[in-house]
This record gives sequence, structure tokens and C-alpha cells, in this order.
Amino acid sequence: MDFVEDFRDPAAARKLLGAINRLASAGGGDEYFKFMEICGGHTHTIYRHGIEHLLPNNVELVHGPGCPVCVIPMGRIDDATWLAEQPDVIFTCFGDMMRVPGSNGSLLDAKARGADVRFVYSPLDALKIAVDNPDKKVVFFGIGFETTAPSTAVTLVRARELGLSNFSVFCNHVMIIPPIRAILESPDLRLAGFIGPGHTSTVVGIRPYRFVSEVYKTPLVVAGFEPLDLIASVAMLLTQIREGRCEVENQYSRVVPDRGNPAALTLMANVFELRPHFEWRGLGFISQSALKINGNFAEFDAELLFDMPGVRVADPKSCQCGEVLKGVLKPWECKVFGTACTPETPIGTCMVSPEGACAAYYNFGRMHRDAVKLAEPVRA
Amino acid sequence: MSGSVSDYRSSGPKFAESDVIERIESYRKRRPRLIDEHITLAHGAGGKSSAALLDAVFVEAFRNPLLESLGDGAVLTLPSGERLVMSTDSFVVQPRRFPGGSIGELAVHGTANDLAVSGAVPQWISTAFVIEEGFSVAELKEIVADMATAAAVAGVQIVTGDTKVVAKGAADGLFITTTGVGVIPADRHLSADSVRIGDKVLLSGSMGDHGMAVMLARGDLALEADIHSDTASVSPLVELLLAAAPSTRWLRDPTRGGVATVCNELAQDCGLAVLLEEDAMPIHPMVKGACEMLGIDPLYVANEGKFVAIVAAEEVDAALAALRSHPLGAEAAEIGQIIAEPVESVVVRNVFGGSRMVDMLVGDPLPRIC
Repeated sequence: MDFVEDFRDPAAARKLLGAINRLASAGGGDEYFKFMEICGGHTHTIYRHGIEHLLPNNVELVHGPGCPVCVIPMGRIDDATWLAEQPDVIFTCFGDMMRVPGSNGSLLDAKARGADVRFVYSPLDALKIAVDNPDKKVVFFGIGFETTAPSTAVTLVRARELGLSNFSVFCNHVMIIPPIRAILESPDLRLAGFIGPGHTSTVVGIRPYRFVSEVYKTPLVVAGFEPLDLIASVAMLLTQIREGRCEVENQYSRVVPDRGNPAALTLMANVFELRPHFEWRGLGFISQSALKINGNFAEFDAELLFDMPGVRVADPKSCQCGEVLKGVLKPWECKVFGTACTPETPIGTCMVSPEGACAAYYNFGRMHRDAVKLAEPVRA
Repeated sequence: MSGSVSDYRSSGPKFAESDVIERIESYRKRRPRLIDEHITLAHGAGGKSSAALLDAVFVEAFRNPLLESLGDGAVLTLPSGERLVMSTDSFVVQPRRFPGGSIGELAVHGTANDLAVSGAVPQWISTAFVIEEGFSVAELKEIVADMATAAAVAGVQIVTGDTKVVAKGAADGLFITTTGVGVIPADRHLSADSVRIGDKVLLSGSMGDHGMAVMLARGDLALEADIHSDTASVSPLVELLLAAAPSTRWLRDPTRGGVATVCNELAQDCGLAVLLEEDAMPIHPMVKGACEMLGIDPLYVANEGKFVAIVAAEEVDAALAALRSHPLGAEAAEIGQIIAEPVESVVVRNVFGGSRMVDMLVGDPLPRIC
């Protein structure tokens, strides 16, 4: 498993950081570069490896809306909790979702009250639970961007092949392009470039990002998830700026084909259709930004099978997740960060998921680093 | 579009990042409060929820100075001046047998190790079994035989016990509770209060083996790897260390919650900071790879035959040589040091100089492992 080490090579990192320093200061001083990493996985890597503090003072990374757990609005959490508490329902979801607070507590609270809530690593695991429990109704909480939507699609096709009548999906899949457009249209933020999502791009490819450079004149580099990938993508963005280019580039070409994954895209097209609009936490309603299960697969659509409340619930007033998701606020600039809102008692979604900017900053970044820098390393 | 530094500064927040850090630290130092109405699995996971439950329910009801130190074992002073350590632990691991060990071995090692890291030589153990109706006698015999072997190797006697059988469904197969007593040699004083800036942090061997072995043995992660639990009695290794490095300040076995959790307990108890070096941590490649794939930080994964030791800098070579002279300590390493700040915190530094905080775990996504 040495593949991990190759992407954490200290010599390569030092070389790239040297290049970033030169590029960032080449303009002669009074310049400031604000780059947004869209993907929550990147945010996690940045804090986990302390990358922010390795960059020059005039290069800042701001965190974007690409954390699948973070963007789910409170009303949908309440619907999920309601579903989990229906008679004979086994409610299945990814582990992170269990701790997200709704207005009536989280799924974990529902579980402690007696609901049968189970966490799964894949929707196919939920399907297996449905096969093993024919007298129960198994519901899967489908969340995520184009990264996870294909696996939900595969599961629905498989459910049809098995002729299952006790399996359904509460579909909350969303798409990556609409929020990027929303951020570019927002007057709050001036970005010098984007670090594009890696995993989502394995499905959609890099073509859908072209409008970012062509219409909005902002460079974008799709990046991988190791610390070196992120450092390299910052160097690529600065190089573009210094060379006067503005393009969509692919740093993660070892995994991301430019065309994406046509088979996955076809599968998604067979199973899902666009919702006219969908609510995003903090970003509000964005048109054509989410997927619902299409008429062909209606018998697996939990939204049709159950009479869910479907009530829109406003975020808690004190919560500034929306500003954090748009990159307008750093996590620590939020009013309740670290005091009323902590990983044990989260108010907003960004504090729940390990990919959430607030959780990543709280868990990994919250410290004065000078003392650490001064200590001599131990002998390995 | 790149803005200018001055534009940016003037548009920024009206307070500094360091103010926020201080505010958070003052909140963090308040003991966690129990706000839940029902017990969740997080209350048993050894993190902040467990601490809240202990405070609000058990310490509140049983309050006494011996209990309130909340160590792995209570140090009892006899009228003669001799000191005993008493420790108790329950074992509910699923599956009951996993590569490298079984619930029986764990039940002996877990309690014997809690005594050893408190500075005692483990001597006697009592054991209680809660058995579900329908449990196989053959399996029970195997588990008890494992306990007998483990006790013989660890040099402890199992001197009393109890058996209860409950109706089918009222327990999951078999639960074992063991209580141990050991004697602390007269000249031995281990305590977090004696830890000083500049002291070194040692780990007696590779980390994460037990937790990862059990997780994979459960079979629901669809991942196979040749990983064996490290379950073992650490008492012989502790004795070697204390003979070679009499300055040893403090010991703890990083079981549930892993190395990260015990380092946090130390940082809070001594009021200093623990700085760990990521590349100095001994870890088997298979464990590292499995953790990487599952997105689990090996610092939080349980061990059942390891300990973290704090020794004075001048005795670190002697301490490492002593540990490495024993098969259980062959991979022992210096993994970090005690520094002044950030107070009551644990920080990990990586190979290219980046650093991150390592906090106590909140909640527990992981299955029963001990």
C-alpha cells in the first residue's frame, strides 16, 4: 500500500511550496490570491495536513459548498427522521448523516428513541438488508453529488432485477455545477481561482467546468485528495495567473478522464430526472440543481410511497453555515463557532460531517502553531 | 481576479483568529455536560459523551476521592503503607474470536494491563460471566481455556467468580467482567503531575492492530487483510522499562480510543501539550492501508498489548533499548515530546511540517471491539 507514501513525499512538497512562494510574490507585493476548494474532501485534507499554514501569507484557501452532508436543508432531515419512525421501517444511511440535527433531533436520537436506523457503506448494503427482511420496509437516504448518485442508480436497477417491493430511496442527490454558478454570481466573493472536485469529476469529467474559465474568466484546476495533489493544484493556478492563462486544467488525470464516466452518466439519466428546484442549506433554492427518481422507477421513490411532512424548516438563526458554505465566512468567523456549536452539540451541518469546513477546522486547525514549529523533531 | 492585500484586510472580520481560539479553549475546559435523555452508543465509546455520563451519573452518586481521579485503576493504601491497585472492565467484543485472540484472552489482558500501567504487578483476578440461554458449552470451554492460558502467561491467578444465565435475547451470547488487584512496589510513583516539558513520548509497539483486526473480522466492511490483534499482557515489558528508566513519569494503555485518546488524557491531566510526529509512529503497512481505505485515523484505533510511556529525555535511550530487548517491544519507538503549548492539547506534525490538532473522539462510528 505504498501508493499512499508517494503522494506524501516531503521533498516533492518542499519543491512545490518553493515554487508557490516564488509565484505568489512575483507580482511585487500588494496582491492577494483567494482560491476556493469546492470539495469537502479537499477541505478535510487541507486541515488534516495543515496545508493552509504552509502557504504564503497572500494565498488563502476558502472552503466551498461541496460537502454532501452540509448542503442538506433541515426540512429534509426532519423528513428522514419522520420516515425512520414509521412502523416497520428500517432506515439506512451513511454514517455522517446520523448526527445531523433536525428540528426534532438527529437520526441518532431517533435510533435511541427506538427507530431502526442503520448505517451502511453503500446503498447495495441497504438492498441486502431489504432482501434479508422481507416483512420490513427498507428506505435508503440517498445523498451526495454525482460521486454517489451512480451507486444509488445501480442499486435501483438491481432492486428492479430482484423484483423487490420493500425497498425505496429517499433521494436527495444534488449536482456540482449549479452551486459553483451560484457562487460565481454572488457579489460577496472575489475568487482568483477554483480547485475543482476530484471524485465528482471522475463521473462528470472536466468539460462541464468550462463556463468557469470562459464565461467568468476564472481558472479552475481539478485536483486529487492527497496533500501533494492540493499543493500542486495551487501551484498550477498561480502558474496560469502568472502566464496570463485562464483555463480548466486537470491535476488529477491519473483518476479523472477528461470525458468523465459516460456509462455512469447514462445510468443516472435512466434512473433520475432533474428537479425544477431544490433547497440547499445556506444557499437557498437553486433551480435544476438536484435529482429525483424518474417515473420509470417511481415504485422505489420514498417521496411517493410515504406521505412525508415535506415541510420547509428555516435554519437556526444563530447558524451561519450558509456563509461558510459560500466561502464568505471562515469557520471561526461564525458567531456560534466552537462555543454553542461544537462537534458534540452541532447546530449546523458544517460542524457534523468530517468534510464540513467547521468540523475540519475545529478538529484539526484550532491552535496557535508557533509552539509546534519551534520544537525540534524527535529522532525517527 | 486577484484583490490587493489592503482591500482584503479592511474587509475582514473585526476580531482575530487567536481571540476565537482562546474563547473556544475556555469552553472546551468546561467538563462535558450530559444533555441526552437516552443512552446512545457514543456514551460507551470513551470520548466526550462517556465523560459526561460518568460525571453526571456515576461520580455524582458514588463521589469519593479515589473514584474522582478517574484513572484506569484505583490506588488503595493499606494500613501497613503498602499500596494496591484495583481495576475492573467488561468485555462484550463481537466476534468473540478474531485473528490473534478471543474475548477470553482480552478479559485477562485488559484488566492485567490496567493494573500494570498503574505501576502495579498484577496478581489476582475475579471474573463474572453473563451467558445467554442456548450458548454452546464447547465454545464456553474454549473461551475459559483461553483465559486460563492468558492468566498463566501474565502471572495472575483467577481466584473468584460468578456465573449468571439470562433468557435468550437478554444478552448477546456472552459478556465477561473481570476485576483485578495488583501490588505497587514501594519505591514506584507514576503520575501525570510529574511530567515535564521536554520529556519524551514512547509507544511500546505498532498501533491499531487490535481494533483493525476486530473490525475486519466482523466481515461487514467487505475488506480482507492479514491483520492480527496484539492482545497481550504488557506487565513484563512495563517491569523492564521501569528497571531501565526509573524516571518514567506516566504510563497508559491505549485501548478504546487509541493513542490519541490517552495522549489527550495526559495533556489534560498535566496541563501541557503533547506533540506527536506522524512519521515516527510505528504502524504495520496493512493496518495503515486498511485505515486509509476506511477513512479511519489509526491514532484512534484500539490496541490491547501496547502502552504509551513518558520518560525523561536523558533516559530515553535506555528506555528504548529495554523495550526493544523484549519481543513485545521490538517495534517500540519515540513518537513525540511534551511541549508547553497549546495547553491541554495534542498536536501531530507531519513530514512536511504541517500540523493538526488531535482531539478526543466525539461519538463512535465503530463497532464493539473489547
